Amino acid sequence: MSDVLVVAGHALRESLRRRVFAVVVCLTLAFGALYAWGASELFQDVPNFGPNEFGLDARVLAGATILGLAMFGTLFLGVVLAVFLTLGAVRGDAERGLLQPLIVRPLGRRQYLAGRFLAAATVSGAYVLVVYAGAVIVTGAIGDWWPASPVGAGVRLAAAVVVVAALALLGSIFLSANANGIAVLMVFGAGLLAGLLGSIGEALSSETLQRLANTASWLLPFEALYRDALRVLVAEIPGVTGAIVQLGPLGGSHDAGPLFYPYAVAYLAAVAAVAAFAFGRSDL
Amino acid sequence: MPAALTVAGLTKRYGATEALRGVDLTVGEGELVGLLGPNGAGKSTLVKIACGLVRPTGGTAEVCGAPAGSAAARRALGYLAELFRFPGWATADELLALHQRLAGSGGGAGERAELLDLVGLAEARERRIETMSKGMQQRLGIAQALVGEPALLLLDEPTSALDPAGRRTVRGLLVELRRRGVAVLLNTHLLSEVEQVCDRVAIIDRGLVVAAGAPADLARPRGVEVETASGVRVFQAASRDDVPAIVERLVHAGERVYEVRLVRSTLEDAYLAAVDAPAEPPEAPAERRAGAA
Repeated sequence: MSDVLVVAGHALRESLRRRVFAVVVCLTLAFGALYAWGASELFQDVPNFGPNEFGLDARVLAGATILGLAMFGTLFLGVVLAVFLTLGAVRGDAERGLLQPLIVRPLGRRQYLAGRFLAAATVSGAYVLVVYAGAVIVTGAIGDWWPASPVGAGVRLAAAVVVVAALALLGSIFLSANANGIAVLMVFGAGLLAGLLGSIGEALSSETLQRLANTASWLLPFEALYRDALRVLVAEIPGVTGAIVQLGPLGGSHDAGPLFYPYAVAYLAAVAAVAAFAFGRSDL
Repeated sequence: MPAALTVAGLTKRYGATEALRGVDLTVGEGELVGLLGPNGAGKSTLVKIACGLVRPTGGTAEVCGAPAGSAAARRALGYLAELFRFPGWATADELLALHQRLAGSGGGAGERAELLDLVGLAEARERRIETMSKGMQQRLGIAQALVGEPALLLLDEPTSALDPAGRRTVRGLLVELRRRGVAVLLNTHLLSEVEQVCDRVAIIDRGLVVAAGAPADLARPRGVEVETASGVRVFQAASRDDVPAIVERLVHAGERVYEVRLVRSTLEDAYLAAVDAPAEPPEAPAERRAGAA
């Protein structure tokens, strides 16, 4: 375990010294400021929506929609961070000659992978939780709307980023850094697109689109985790407002079901096993 | 006590390419062995198998009695790759501290200071690696390989970026390591380096050891040269024992003899003969007269 922590600490120190975290903090503050500004403008307009005959709660609709958008933004930023922390972890670092001096130490290859995963998952997961919490607080403070289960949604969002970090680490064993970064971001985009198609499929009662989205959810669990986070966020909103916000922005909410969480854990374990096997057999 | 490195019948295939075709090699405790061979001969593959970076296709490799690549084998060795890079943001001291933690070395700051001093980088302790010259980084690489007092040091082209003074420093370091009982496998193209410091040499060509032995044994006698008033006379088949008779015969024939030299082939000659490289063009006949004893 100590070797894992040494590798994780080394990876985090590198990010710190290369000012990766400084850049991330600055850009996140800019994102937060823009979000606060947007939320402020939106909630100023809410009273102008006026009464409606369908019983639509404009404040809840505005809050859930903008926080859903913030969740997408947070997920995207977290994924970018996770990918950049892992994209060259194996083959990229081996091609640059950085990996070999570490791997010839008594440290095992599995421990090296575990250390890199621990660093990326901790940083990107914590980042997502912090940014998401900030978005919840800003939305509540400005618009006086608070989600019923903010913690559950945040945890699912962080878990989605952890899955992407694991996939990026696995990809780094087979692909060079650039190819891996492109591949993982494209897979991420494809997953979100499948989720969006699933929402459209639900609205249109298209079984084909729903089957496509379900298949993508099992193959790429980060997508299902994201949509389940959206579901948790708006699950307790009643009436017409609840029905509208469940369609949600960029993918829409979707219940992953009780079997999904054990599956997501097994999926991570399978990714770890494949990564350990492939890395153990690769020549450096 | 097992040998520092024992390689038997080692083969490695990359697709259709056979990098190693049955290599046998032993590096004894405290022995300094030079590994020579043309580019693509399989030298780096052999070194990488020894330190567990590459899996062999067949045969065995053991480091201090432990299978190459095992934790016990890696605990016993230090390695400097041919193409290496250290994180530029780290200082020399931080890099060594990282490797101390990974190697499980309890040497602390004292070991780090001693190693930096050994490679002539005592003043660069707090310097960031990205501000160091390639030569300094190579010396730091040797210090890194020595973390944890390994029994076997695998050095792949350790002097390729060094100036003559840096090379001399490394040669002195290798001699010092041998004195301390550290075994070294030195993969290099610099024959003079091997000739000066190595106990034994193994020449690899196309995945096979084609010659091995002490540098002096590989460099064979190549006759006697006699400098006379009428020019240099070469007696190719002659040995040291033939010198009195040759001189007597020349003097009897009226020649004035100024100098007699025993000619030995160099390690370079032995190397080129072993790897079937094209020989240098012969010197102009006017400068030499061939003779027979």
